[in-house]
Amino acid sequence: MKIDRTVLALVALAVALLVAGPMFPRWLVSLLNVSMCYGTVVLGMMLLMRTGLVSFGHGLYYCLGAYAAGLLDQMGKVSDMLAMVLAGAVATAAVSAVLGLLLAKYRDIFFAMLSLAFSMILYGLLVKSASFGSTDGFNVAAKTVGGVALSGDAMRLAVYSVTAITTVVAAIGLHLYLASHRGRLAGAIRDNELRVEYMGASVRATVHLNYVVSAVLAGIGGALMAVNIGHIDPEMTYWPQSGEFVFIAILSGTGSVFAPLGGALVFESVRSFAYEYSPNTWQMVLGITMLLVMIFLPGGLWSLFSRRRAAA
Amino acid sequence: MSQFVAVLVDGIVYSSWLFIIAVGLTLIYGVMKILNIAHGSLYALGAFAAVSLSTWWFAQGYPPMGSFAMLGLAAVLVGLVSGPVIERGLLRFLYGKDEVVLVLVTYALFLILEDFIKLVWGVDPLFVQGPNGETPYGLLGNFEIAGLTYPNYNLLLIAVAVISGLALAWALNRTRSGKLLLAVIHDREISAALGINVGLTYFVTFTIGAFLAAVGGALTAPTVSVVTGMGAEVIVMAFAVVVIGGLGSLQGAALGALIVGLVRAAAVHYQPEVELFSVYFVMAVVLILRPKGLFSGAEVRKI
Repeated sequence: MKIDRTVLALVALAVALLVAGPMFPRWLVSLLNVSMCYGTVVLGMMLLMRTGLVSFGHGLYYCLGAYAAGLLDQMGKVSDMLAMVLAGAVATAAVSAVLGLLLAKYRDIFFAMLSLAFSMILYGLLVKSASFGSTDGFNVAAKTVGGVALSGDAMRLAVYSVTAITTVVAAIGLHLYLASHRGRLAGAIRDNELRVEYMGASVRATVHLNYVVSAVLAGIGGALMAVNIGHIDPEMTYWPQSGEFVFIAILSGTGSVFAPLGGALVFESVRSFAYEYSPNTWQMVLGITMLLVMIFLPGGLWSLFSRRRAAA
Repeated sequence: MSQFVAVLVDGIVYSSWLFIIAVGLTLIYGVMKILNIAHGSLYALGAFAAVSLSTWWFAQGYPPMGSFAMLGLAAVLVGLVSGPVIERGLLRFLYGKDEVVLVLVTYALFLILEDFIKLVWGVDPLFVQGPNGETPYGLLGNFEIAGLTYPNYNLLLIAVAVISGLALAWALNRTRSGKLLLAVIHDREISAALGINVGLTYFVTFTIGAFLAAVGGALTAPTVSVVTGMGAEVIVMAFAVVVIGGLGSLQGAALGALIVGLVRAAAVHYQPEVELFSVYFVMAVVLILRPKGLFSGAEVRKI
């Protein structure tokens, strides 16, 4: 059997990240951490985009994953990183399975708007719930990883390693899914739903499944982010956050699972440096970057690496 | 009873305010198929310009009543400058692209304008206020309903909303250029082939839309502290209004504004915890029951 080159490259990436991790300076580790969390969320956005859908409310699952992890820590008194990430995945899977029943019927701007409405409902609930800290949110701290109590540098390294492994596993999983029979239907649905139905596949079931998968990826990203940052608040489901995810997905392109990961890294780097050097114009820098990419590189940054632009 | 009246009055005032903003959004979407996120920034620009102009007016020692003219001037200036610049400088190169791509273009524009506002006006909250604390909000006096006192400024808001709604409806259905616009909405390509200047139609539509956003901002400025980020809050509320009513529908925007306004006022008075939640809950329910909004025509299926 021929070994998939993308999988091989992803495994190599994980090994490189794990081996080099202890040698990275602190700023690089936190940059990579945030990029990987975002990258995981954007992997989900990429799957939706391949299906021809753009969600303007994916902050819903990002936030839900983070709050599930946070509540497990605060209320459930379980502060294991792996359990917290799992909680994020389970919570988002449950909610998206229900909402997906509705959303799977929607397309284009209506899909975007209904997902926006759902994410703003969560925002409206969170800002008024005093027990969850209202607009301030609350702090989250993972104390163990896989049952092993850690602290200080060891904990930081463990969090980084788990983030890296989770992100790469998510990317491999998505890559394999996209290569599978069901995964390949995504592009067909984007191109022509009627033909897909005539060929005997269920558009609705596929859209629903892809929606749940993308939500779970966002939930995992959110839970990882909660552990990494140590704080969560309702801004995670406010619409500009969702817009940011769409932004990164457009910046990256949908050509390969590497695109969202690289795109998230580019995005976070631009943001960190712009924020560092001109705190009042970093949004402007991002906006201009985004306009330039959309006008000159409709296939996203990935199209620079890929000769088959049409695939993007 | 008085609480019911309060809900009704607050709701109608809030609806008028929402309508002024949402009607520009729905107009631009209806004609150009662009869901303009930057509409929120134009609203904020209108508010900031109103602060600057009226502060200048008060500083000159001119009669305070003239500050109303400054609010109007701010809206006109912002509309006439930003509308043409955005439409001619950016949007016209992107017509014909996917609707979702256009939403993202305006999102990028929103980010750029947010920082532009910070650069020009700074990050501190600003107020429309004269040296002796006089504001356009207080100048008009008050009126009373069922024992509750309201500033007359609210009546101005309602009047502006009604006038702009009626003026748009009249212009669309009763004038030559309005009818040409309806033709462009119906079929852009055929209209162009028949000799309608589609580019000009888009240009005028976007400028009017930008002007309406700025009017909303300028009229809001005296009632609140003008802060950066006010655009982000407004735009998603305006989305709720136009989506409930049906994207691109004038009557829809009016009905959507009334629904959102009354629901929010009721929530504020009876159950303050659900204030924000209630608006988006209504939006979701309407989208679930009538995916294309309350006012939406049948659409030809495309294969």
